[in-house]
Amino acid sequence: MTEAEPIISVRGLEVGFGARKILKGLDLDVAPGEVLGFVGGSGQGKSVLTRAILGLNAKQAGVIEVFGEDIDKMAPASHRALERRWGVMFQGGALFSSLTVKQNIQAPMREYLKLSQKLMDELAGLKLKLVGLPPDAADKFPSQLSGGMVKRAALARALALDPELLFLDEPTSGLDPIGAADFDDLIATLRKTLGLTVFMVTHDLDSLYSICDTIAALADGKVIAHGPLEAMLASDHPWLRAYFHGKRARAIRSPNEMAPA
Amino acid sequence: MSKPAENLPDFSVERVGSSARVVLRGAWTIAASRALERAAQNLSLAATGAENAEIDFAGVTRLDTAGAWLIDKARQHMAAAGIAAQFAGASPEKAILLKEAAYAPAALDKAPRENALMALLVGLGAWSVGMADQIVRGVAFLGELAFGALKVMVWPKAMRPTSMVFHLDSFALRAVPIIATINFLVGCIVAQQGIFQLARFGASTYAIDMVGVLVLRELGVLLTAIMVAGRSGSAITAELGSMKMREEVDALRVMGISPMEALVLPRMVALVVALPLLTVIGDMAALFGGMVTSYLYNGVSPQVFAERLQQAIGMNTYLVGLIKAPFMALVIGMIAAIEGFRVEGSAESLGRRVTASVVNSIFMVIFLDGLFAIFFASISY
Repeated sequence: MTEAEPIISVRGLEVGFGARKILKGLDLDVAPGEVLGFVGGSGQGKSVLTRAILGLNAKQAGVIEVFGEDIDKMAPASHRALERRWGVMFQGGALFSSLTVKQNIQAPMREYLKLSQKLMDELAGLKLKLVGLPPDAADKFPSQLSGGMVKRAALARALALDPELLFLDEPTSGLDPIGAADFDDLIATLRKTLGLTVFMVTHDLDSLYSICDTIAALADGKVIAHGPLEAMLASDHPWLRAYFHGKRARAIRSPNEMAPA
Repeated sequence: MSKPAENLPDFSVERVGSSARVVLRGAWTIAASRALERAAQNLSLAATGAENAEIDFAGVTRLDTAGAWLIDKARQHMAAAGIAAQFAGASPEKAILLKEAAYAPAALDKAPRENALMALLVGLGAWSVGMADQIVRGVAFLGELAFGALKVMVWPKAMRPTSMVFHLDSFALRAVPIIATINFLVGCIVAQQGIFQLARFGASTYAIDMVGVLVLRELGVLLTAIMVAGRSGSAITAELGSMKMREEVDALRVMGISPMEALVLPRMVALVVALPLLTVIGDMAALFGGMVTSYLYNGVSPQVFAERLQQAIGMNTYLVGLIKAPFMALVIGMIAAIEGFRVEGSAESLGRRVTASVVNSIFMVIFLDGLFAIFFASISY
């Protein structure tokens, strides 16, 4: 991508719980307009990093800049302004259980914008259509939805304000392969049309292959590799080799490798 | 990336003969809120009277799904008014966005309006069915509980002593300070009012009889049961409810462990043991309160108080109160468990069930106390 200012810039980040350090001096840049796939073994701190950037986990050391501003030095007002420029989709959906899907999508609109109820209803309908949910899902409660539908509804809520930066925590886990592919297509389209920057924690090798521009790998509290897919495949770090050349990777890799030949 | 909404959505119209050229300017994004809504409304009327219109995107700095959707809606409005409208000058990205966010007339259908009488009848019907359902559930629950208890008696291995002791600790031991305090206070208050009111007839020493009988027969057990319903009944409902929400109850069931035996029975046994014990403590605390007040207001020494009390009450007075305790515990535990298992997916439903649990069990405790009063009166015990 371009040499523009990174949208997210993390320097020397240290986060730990009690005596246990999870992140030990982590550095990471996310360039505008890129889709970053963040990988790492379970329990390595992928979610901790995401939560630290979002300001949900306290950090012991380091600087986190989002949109070029240090999130620690921000006034509460500009922090609020920042929060409407990003959308977050949590792993479990985190839909408000006492609101319908429609009301969930409208919650950020209601909070930040002055729109007529009619337009909000219509926009909620549009978001539902974008994420591939049927219109009759609008008036359902989260507990009445299947796991895949919860994911889609959570994405619709994350997209409610048409954010510039989107955080996705394992967006395709729990989706069937067709749904996951649709999801990837949707992210790709939004990225292309809205200039969306996406920070995606994922284990889905398909997503990594098809929509991520850059991949960052986390191990031992640090980013051990950061670059395009080719660099990951070429890396001889044992964990990366196991990850990208393992049994599960083979099936996906083979057609890709055959293509140029 | 520039800050959003620094330039509001706007447009200008140029007319040449029967065709209009609508030039859009600014950021057509949702961040503009009302301005976006208004601009889109005006846009749909912009080309009125023209035969064909061209919507030019050259001046649009930013466009998002909401903007694209509203512009497309305006275009379709024009089309419906007989104006052949089309887009021009959109970059490939914007063209894709316009296609993705194409306007489709609202599929959100409104629920038909019901008339008030009908709604009332439907509400009444739903309520009656709900009540009937609750009674059936209650009976089924009692049966399942009795079966579980029987099984434990026949086959003591199925008992879960660790769990029972754990719950006994939280329901009984940890409740002692609060139960003792409120009963002490109520004992004081009853004695004080008794002394004041009976003094008018020169019978203030009878305040001791009143405290003794009232506390031991009714107040001690009633206050303790209400406190336990609020304290432990709510906890049981919330625990079982959140376990049900997170499929923990289902996890037990598929392991072949009956939630009734694993979750409800230990809590039930703990409650049935805890409430009589707490009632004894509550009774003592209330009598102590009466004694302190009698000394302070009437100068009755503890020795005299004890003698007077011995004449006023018999063993039966004490037992009448105590015998009610396990039944009240059973009612509290049953309502708490039934409400807990009725929790559905949402946080709101959990709140509603916990409220229902506490309100219903307090009501039932008082109702039961009334039944016992009638019963003991009729057998003159």
